[in-house]
Amino acid sequence: MAEVKGLASDKLAKGLGEQFPPLTSHEALVEANRCLFCYDAPCTHACPTHIDIPRFIKKISTDNLAGSARTILEANLLGATCARVCPVQELCEGACVLGSEHKPIMIGRLQRYAMDHANNHSASIITKAAASGRSVAVVGSGPAGLSCAGELARRGHSVTVFEKRPLAGGLSTYGIIALREPMEASLEEVRMIERMGVRIEPDSELGRNIDLNDLKKRFDAIFLGLGLGATQVMGIPGEELILDGLEYIEQSKLSPGAMTIGRNVVVIGAGNTAIDCATVAKRLGADEVTILYRRSEREMSAYPHEYDFVKKEGVGFRFLTQPVRVLSEGGRVTGLVCLRMELGPVDGSDRRIPQPVRDSEFVIAADRVVKAVGQQKPGLAKMLGLKVERDFIRVNADLETSMPGVFAGGDCIRVKNAASTVMAVQDGKIAAAAIHSRLGKNNG
Amino acid sequence: MADLSINFAGIRSPNPFWLASAPPANSGAQIHRAFEAGWGGAVWKTIGPPVLNVSNRYGSWNYGGQRMLGINNVELISDRPLEVNLREIAEVKRAWPDRAVLVSAMVESKREAWHEIIRKIEDTGADGIELNYGCPHGMSERGMGAAVGQVPEYCEQITRWVMEAAAIPVIVKLTPNITNIVSPARAAVTAGANGLSLINTLNSITAVDLDTLEISPNIGGKGGHGGYAGPAVKPIALNMLAALGADEIVHGSRLPISAMGGITTWKDAAEFLLLGASSLQVCTAVMHYGFRIVEDLCDGLSSWMDSKGFQTISDVSGRSLGRISDFKDFDLSFRAVARIDETKCIQCNLCYVACNDAAHQCIDLMDSGGRVVQAYAYPAGSNGRQEATGTRPHPRVREADCVGCRLCYNVCPVDHCIEMVEEPSGRESVTWDQIVKSRPEVSEDWDAMEKYRKEKGIHVH
Repeated sequence: MAEVKGLASDKLAKGLGEQFPPLTSHEALVEANRCLFCYDAPCTHACPTHIDIPRFIKKISTDNLAGSARTILEANLLGATCARVCPVQELCEGACVLGSEHKPIMIGRLQRYAMDHANNHSASIITKAAASGRSVAVVGSGPAGLSCAGELARRGHSVTVFEKRPLAGGLSTYGIIALREPMEASLEEVRMIERMGVRIEPDSELGRNIDLNDLKKRFDAIFLGLGLGATQVMGIPGEELILDGLEYIEQSKLSPGAMTIGRNVVVIGAGNTAIDCATVAKRLGADEVTILYRRSEREMSAYPHEYDFVKKEGVGFRFLTQPVRVLSEGGRVTGLVCLRMELGPVDGSDRRIPQPVRDSEFVIAADRVVKAVGQQKPGLAKMLGLKVERDFIRVNADLETSMPGVFAGGDCIRVKNAASTVMAVQDGKIAAAAIHSRLGKNNG
Repeated sequence: MADLSINFAGIRSPNPFWLASAPPANSGAQIHRAFEAGWGGAVWKTIGPPVLNVSNRYGSWNYGGQRMLGINNVELISDRPLEVNLREIAEVKRAWPDRAVLVSAMVESKREAWHEIIRKIEDTGADGIELNYGCPHGMSERGMGAAVGQVPEYCEQITRWVMEAAAIPVIVKLTPNITNIVSPARAAVTAGANGLSLINTLNSITAVDLDTLEISPNIGGKGGHGGYAGPAVKPIALNMLAALGADEIVHGSRLPISAMGGITTWKDAAEFLLLGASSLQVCTAVMHYGFRIVEDLCDGLSSWMDSKGFQTISDVSGRSLGRISDFKDFDLSFRAVARIDETKCIQCNLCYVACNDAAHQCIDLMDSGGRVVQAYAYPAGSNGRQEATGTRPHPRVREADCVGCRLCYNVCPVDHCIEMVEEPSGRESVTWDQIVKSRPEVSEDWDAMEKYRKEKGIHVH
């Protein structure tokens, strides 16, 4: 079986380049002028960080791009990432009053336009308070950590971010496919946070080379933006031959040319990560890409717009299909043995439980199998002695954990609702405000 | 099919749309193409004494992404030799006998100079002459154009000289750069002109360049006022046209009026007709989009006339003039209130903020249970499409408090969502003029006014 290897660079650029080009200044002006400038606008309500969207759009229309970027950053320091990765159909654009009869305003792309301007003119758009003399440690440099770090730095606190990976940015850097956010966009955002005075220490992992008790001694407060763990284990024979979805996406960002794509790729799972993995496989040259999901179309957790997108990419779906065994020859995958499923009674997530159909075993041919079946809960929580809720870190309304002075946010606390970048950014904001208020009180 | 043809002071044209005396009517080649596109007539760009032009010449006022809502210019009258213009006028008229070919003229304020130019124009076979008393820049510094139009006595004198010599119809073009447009119009009537036209361009400065701090358009580091035209001036032109219609002397003279000032669509055209015009001139819209726009000007106007049962332009002309009134004669008991159609409302809530911040605070925001709520009342943790749209308050007018100012109607982006509904006020019709005559103290003393209001049940919110 021939394998596609060493992809030509033009194919890579075309395949995984950012899906939408930046708006031209004319496009941005026309679109900004289309915005009605609603009062108490629903887009702002719908945004978890409550960016004053009509205001930043109005500023684009008046050619005040620095002011526009400032309006975004005041509510959301990761405005550049959110502009690219937010499920805007479910948030701001989904709430736009022009959505009912007309096309909603392209809020995400206008936000990116303003943020691109801010990056190209790296003047400090956000002002900083005088140094407070207090220090905060942030563990994890994903959206929650960076947001919290930046918000605290703005308020004059000295912030050090500890990141276990060589590059900062968390999932924005490693886990969002380049089609939506190129690595450079995430790293530019990291640099902006650094310009605000935040120190980032890479290759620093809690439990490996840094210690929580040590941090508690050195810093006045701690924020944990730990994210989640590796992809869950399915527990089927031959699973070691299945590629990890997050690693798959990471490789597509770091070294797509070195990837072996295969001709016939099967992706297990039907969340947004599965959609992304299938997109990468298709864009990088697989002939057939099929998503397997044990439940039905109705229960899938991918956003409807992502589902529509990937169908247009030519990805096939097999619902009510449960893999039970990997077939291989000489260490190379040749297929997946699957069972047909049917839906039973409703489970705790209000979804009907899939149950195997007797004697329904069948084989799907595949030369590559990728799994994207959800991440493991943050294992670190228990190790650190933090109270948990359904294995997520338990926090109160201030996002403080069971350990006083230790706060947490982002995916590691997301007991309810789908994890998202913008919710993580909002967590960082809430925790930073609580920490700031706490430090102020301690100051007397 | 409505008949769009007109007979304007004896000048016939197949439709009322003429190119105004301006850059689109600068040469025979252009006017040939305009007539091919369907224009009913053209007023040749003003001919007169020798001039030299500058660059840049045109400034633009843009707004909300729209270009050239207003244009201003410092271009002078024709800079082509007089003989070339006269020859081309004759050629165009020969080639297009059914179209109206008029010639705009402007010369030194000397009787002989005017007589001479009139003779030369008449030799071309042109159908009429328009006297340019309006050019606000350059020529006025040389004692011509607006320098004449702004002084009714000069206007009358020069028109008399022209009328001594002219055998073809003469139209006097009025400048809007004057306190009362009626004065020069009366002067033209007195001097025996055959028709009037208005408005010429308005004095204006369109912009200052925020990078260079230069005036725009920049003429070698300098700039100055130029003549302003385009959609932005339409309301000013309509008002001046109506002012002529409301004046006993001008209206009583029955002189036909050729109107212009921002006419861009057939709707604009119809409005000018309704306020008393019988020929229409267009410049800016052609400068923006070319001669082709005449097709919809005619087509749209004709369809509208058919739908209204108007058969000829004269059926339309002046039809709304009788509704022009002074404030003192308005019915103070007429009451309109705003009503929002909730099935059409998209909840942008622009009406709410406009009423609350800038008008009379009579629109409330209501939740789905009909309770009044404050704006921005959602909790910080609330987000997502469903929560934002599901809990969004909608505006409702407290009709008892609505003064009927119509601001909400004007800001609403959805057609027919807010309507101004006539509501009986329960009071007898009365005008300010009648009150002043019957109870003069009401207009002089606040206590008397309060008494009057109480007596009549007038509640001022």
